Amino acid sequence: MSLAPTMPSEALRMLRFDRVQRSAHWSNALLFGVLMATAIPLYFGSFFGVVLARHVVAEIHLWTGLALPIPIIISLLGSWGVQMRRDVRRINLWTREEMRWMKTLGETPLVADKFNPGQKLNSIFTAASIVIMLATGSMLQWFRFFPVPWRQGATFVHDAFAFAIFLVVIGHIVMALTHRDSLRSIFTGWVSEGWAARHAGAWLKEEQAKAGRTE
Amino acid sequence: MMSAHRDASISPKAPKRVPIGRRVFIGLAALGAAGVVFWASVANFFSGVLGSGLGGLLPGGDRFRIYSITGNYPTVSRANYRLKVSGLVHDPRTFTIEDLEAMPSTSFTKAFQCVTGWRVPDVRWEGVQLSHILKTVGVKEGAVALTFESYDRADTECLTLDQAHLPDVIVAYRMLGAPVTTEHGGPVRLYVAPMFGYKSLKWLSAIKVVDGVQPGYWEENGYPVNGWLDGTTGPTNPDPQLT
Repeated sequence: MSLAPTMPSEALRMLRFDRVQRSAHWSNALLFGVLMATAIPLYFGSFFGVVLARHVVAEIHLWTGLALPIPIIISLLGSWGVQMRRDVRRINLWTREEMRWMKTLGETPLVADKFNPGQKLNSIFTAASIVIMLATGSMLQWFRFFPVPWRQGATFVHDAFAFAIFLVVIGHIVMALTHRDSLRSIFTGWVSEGWAARHAGAWLKEEQAKAGRTE
Repeated sequence: MMSAHRDASISPKAPKRVPIGRRVFIGLAALGAAGVVFWASVANFFSGVLGSGLGGLLPGGDRFRIYSITGNYPTVSRANYRLKVSGLVHDPRTFTIEDLEAMPSTSFTKAFQCVTGWRVPDVRWEGVQLSHILKTVGVKEGAVALTFESYDRADTECLTLDQAHLPDVIVAYRMLGAPVTTEHGGPVRLYVAPMFGYKSLKWLSAIKVVDGVQPGYWEENGYPVNGWLDGTTGPTNPDPQLT
């Protein structure tokens, strides 16, 4: 039995996202979608001339927002959250090469982890924005518990992050649509070893080592 | 052999890792928290220096956001509109919109500043000064304040008699160069220029002259009774510049 990495094959597949992660991703995407769709008429209210429906739209925005952290929290819990927690750790911990790669916007060489630094940054931003939007949104909803200047600040932060979220989500979707193999993996869970060799060499090596260990 | 391979993939040769995720996460959260706490002072500073706010910093940041307490807008036609003025007055009256338009009109361009932070600069307002309406009905001895009611049957407001006599406190029937639209509180709304937007009650239906200040809807919900734009909450206008 040899432990040398075998030649990556297009026929052999690796599980990039398990069922829990895919469910969490799409539940989260659905909630973000509803929040973003309802945010537009709420923000540009007089522009769109949305009149009577505004109250309904605001109510949907509020309840969707309150539900926002639920899929991710559930996906991190218990025995089904093993893979999710492992990936959170991955996203948290960066090597020097990754930091350099991010600083030079991909100009320096990198044998990527399961997620490249740009993808990691996308996840970190999304997690932070959930917390920030939930906190500032709650301040706007239950305003009476906060001093007036804080309400003004919460309005601004909520709006500014909303703009950032639109940019990041649009970027995320553009990247997904231009990287079909990655896109397929968030539906099916699987990528080929060949894909991993090209885009996530460090992860492939790690998985091969793990497979070698258990054989 | 096997364990040697495993060790090689972890430590001690494994590259040192830095918790960038946690740092960026905490950094963003801190940025958000700082924005909540300090944004108002930063914006006030710049509006002092530049003469205009930072509402235009975000696209669409200087647009109206339409609020409604009831989740609905009362629709009152021009023909059916009535403004009932009663209480401590010599001549209780009910005005039609034509009555109001027949009074001396006043118009000016001023910002609409919401207490939650958004601001719409350069709004054209036109209507009749509240002081003129009070003169028309004649305020009795012992009157101290006014209460305002809305066609939405939910919102109420109040002003002291002194505040009501400020020259830029008007009963507005035109706004943004057109009759006040339903979403903006038409056909007739209050506009209290030196105070935050919640004082400018929409769909104005009645004015009552009373012998004491009765906090309105938003004041019962935590907003100051005297919502001056500079943030002070005393009964008298703190800064003549505001009016």
